[in-house]
Amino acid sequence: MTTPEPKAHQEFRREVAGWLERNRPAKPDFILPQSFMEVDTQQQFDYLRDWQRKVYEAGYLGMAWPKEYGGGGQPQILQDIATQEMTRANVPFMVNAIGLSWAGPTILHLGSEAHKKQFIKNILNAEEIWCQGFSEPDHGSDLGNAQCRAERDGDHFVVNGAKIWTSLGVYARHMILLARSIPNTSSKYAGLSFFLCPMQTPGIEVIPIKKITGEYGFNQTVFTNARIHESTLVGEEGKGWLVAMAVLAFERGAAGGQAGGNMSTVFSTQDVIEMSRLIERDGRPALEDPLVQDKLLNFLIDQRSIALTSQRARIEKLLTPERPAATMMMGKLFGSEFMRRLAYFAVELQGGRANLYMGDPEAVQGGEWQRAAMNAYSATIGGGTSEVQHNILGERVLDLPK
Amino acid sequence: MIKMEGAIEFTEEQGMISDSAVSFFREQYPMATVRQLLDDERGYTTDGWRSIGELGWLGMMIPEEFGGAGLSAKELVSVVEPMGRHLVGTPFIATTLAGQLLLKAGSEAQKSHLLPKLASGAAIGSVALFEPHGAWEPDQLRATAQRSGNGFVLSGSKAFVLDAAVADLVIVACQLDGAPALFCLSGPQLQGRLRRETVIDETRRSHRLQLDGLEVGSDAQLTGGDALAALKWCHALGALLHTAESAGGANSALLLTVDYLKTRKQFGQLIGSYQALKHPTVDAMIAVEHSRSHLYYAASLFNGYDGGESEVAVRMAKVHSNESFYFASDRAIQFHGGMGFTHECNAGLHFRRAQWNKFSFGDTLHHRRHLRRLLMP
Repeated sequence: MTTPEPKAHQEFRREVAGWLERNRPAKPDFILPQSFMEVDTQQQFDYLRDWQRKVYEAGYLGMAWPKEYGGGGQPQILQDIATQEMTRANVPFMVNAIGLSWAGPTILHLGSEAHKKQFIKNILNAEEIWCQGFSEPDHGSDLGNAQCRAERDGDHFVVNGAKIWTSLGVYARHMILLARSIPNTSSKYAGLSFFLCPMQTPGIEVIPIKKITGEYGFNQTVFTNARIHESTLVGEEGKGWLVAMAVLAFERGAAGGQAGGNMSTVFSTQDVIEMSRLIERDGRPALEDPLVQDKLLNFLIDQRSIALTSQRARIEKLLTPERPAATMMMGKLFGSEFMRRLAYFAVELQGGRANLYMGDPEAVQGGEWQRAAMNAYSATIGGGTSEVQHNILGERVLDLPK
Repeated sequence: MIKMEGAIEFTEEQGMISDSAVSFFREQYPMATVRQLLDDERGYTTDGWRSIGELGWLGMMIPEEFGGAGLSAKELVSVVEPMGRHLVGTPFIATTLAGQLLLKAGSEAQKSHLLPKLASGAAIGSVALFEPHGAWEPDQLRATAQRSGNGFVLSGSKAFVLDAAVADLVIVACQLDGAPALFCLSGPQLQGRLRRETVIDETRRSHRLQLDGLEVGSDAQLTGGDALAALKWCHALGALLHTAESAGGANSALLLTVDYLKTRKQFGQLIGSYQALKHPTVDAMIAVEHSRSHLYYAASLFNGYDGGESEVAVRMAKVHSNESFYFASDRAIQFHGGMGFTHECNAGLHFRRAQWNKFSFGDTLHHRRHLRRLLMP
């Protein structure tokens, strides 16, 4: 049975919306990144960090995290409402995304008391930025095969190897690191350990990677005899895979327990419709072209498919009985592919002006759609490529043979 | 309207109805039964029909004062989706739609006389909305009614009149004085005027109705409400019910494929291990899941073709299910290989049902054109 939102929640929703409206930071004179994966300049970083701190200080971040560590100690539903309002208002995203969404929840669930006291508050106020060291140059989607070594030496571990796609690596104070502490185990998953690795450790080098968009933001992180203390271990030595699985569950958003806050600049079919009012094709607004309208319609239908399916996912009796997990698990594949198609269509609509890019004063909407179309691959590749997602869905949801 | 205004609703009652419908159709309509009925003149059994009536599903959207359950489209689609899963062919949709036309346009006397019979299944009803020219708009009627003495003379012909051969009453849409009007014909009046159409979906019984020279009394006209508004309501509900059937059918086509992929070996491997088959099957699954989401949303806020959110939701749901059922059944045939090409394989039955539903109550282009009108300023 669906019930209308309680009055107290409605009031809180209005309060957040009002605060966001009054405190939304002024649009900067530089282009903002689309998500935490594209933070390219100190200027962008400072702007975003200030904003996250402001949101935290207003009490709208980490609302459901324990009070003793810096959270708000309030019901999750209030954080959900605040996050929804941030997304709706399309305010700048929370820059410490890995800390808020993955490292923080993992520390709260599986970390030691000392970890919680040391890290949680500084995640929320963006004082300490976090990055993630899971993927390796030779092991993209096959996480369990991580080869980066962490060899025990007394009360320390000596780390050697490389991690790749470390977003925010340049700014990060800590990394959630998956490394192999016991070599040659019978299963590839055994022998992995999970660390909260200090990035300022001697022997850690962060090398920025230039992306297809021309921006930086990703890095390769190289470890050469980097010594980290055993107190940075989360869970038992050799049982890091279990911790990593918990992190991945947070990454897919299925587990809850995240600090909240919007994580990227969202765009939707409505934005493309707005743009197609302004774009001229063959002497009239693109939106008046029936062929354009029909294509836009396709995106509206797909967009609703996504929104309606996440509504239905919350109604147990409406889950398809043969595969109740499907609605939760398919979102990443369809959603990321949808965004890729939509962003590229926005470029296509520009016709004769489609080839102007960020930096050109005449580029349509600053060339943001061109950038978005290329950035879209970060979601169709990162977190398990669409091809791997197809395998996962086929094997785990439809029970097809490997 | 581009932004969604409503939400999927689900009631406890709906859950109970859904549970009993799912198990009823699973038990009563194994594929062997469905196949037997393909060759049956009527396409259903008397016992089967009686059970459906006794369960109260025929009166779901008929108010309690007329012998129905007074429920909404939400509960109705919860019955029709499992019907679609099992390729059930009965006069269920025809009778339901006849009831809605009567409810929206009938006089008090017509309603209290006829609705209880339709609600219980004692009478079978049908609607004659479409014509040989193939248009799906409720007001594009070439069949006419002329006033004559105390009654009317009808002319023209109607197409795709479901279950007309067994119907106790058929509501016919005609032009009268330049506007749509509705007439209720009785079974005997149809004698000698029906030709069974040979249609793609062998579970259906569909008829051409020749009206020329048919004389009806003045009491045959439905005079209790606006005929065009009733027709629009009926067209929207018809689209929604076919969407519900398709969502169920698409799921069955998918399950058929998945089952085959898990048991059939070629080149020494289960064929489901090949990504060329696995990945499109996952795409079909996603399409089926999305169709179900559109369906239950459209059913939750169903208010006919209201020019607003209900109309957008129904048309989108129909577009989506048109394509997802086609895709799921198309891949079911292809992935069954040579077996899929035979009539013996159930994939073909789903493919034919998918096609029937796709071209009933508006195909994809038809609804997309309306959606453009509704959503693109």
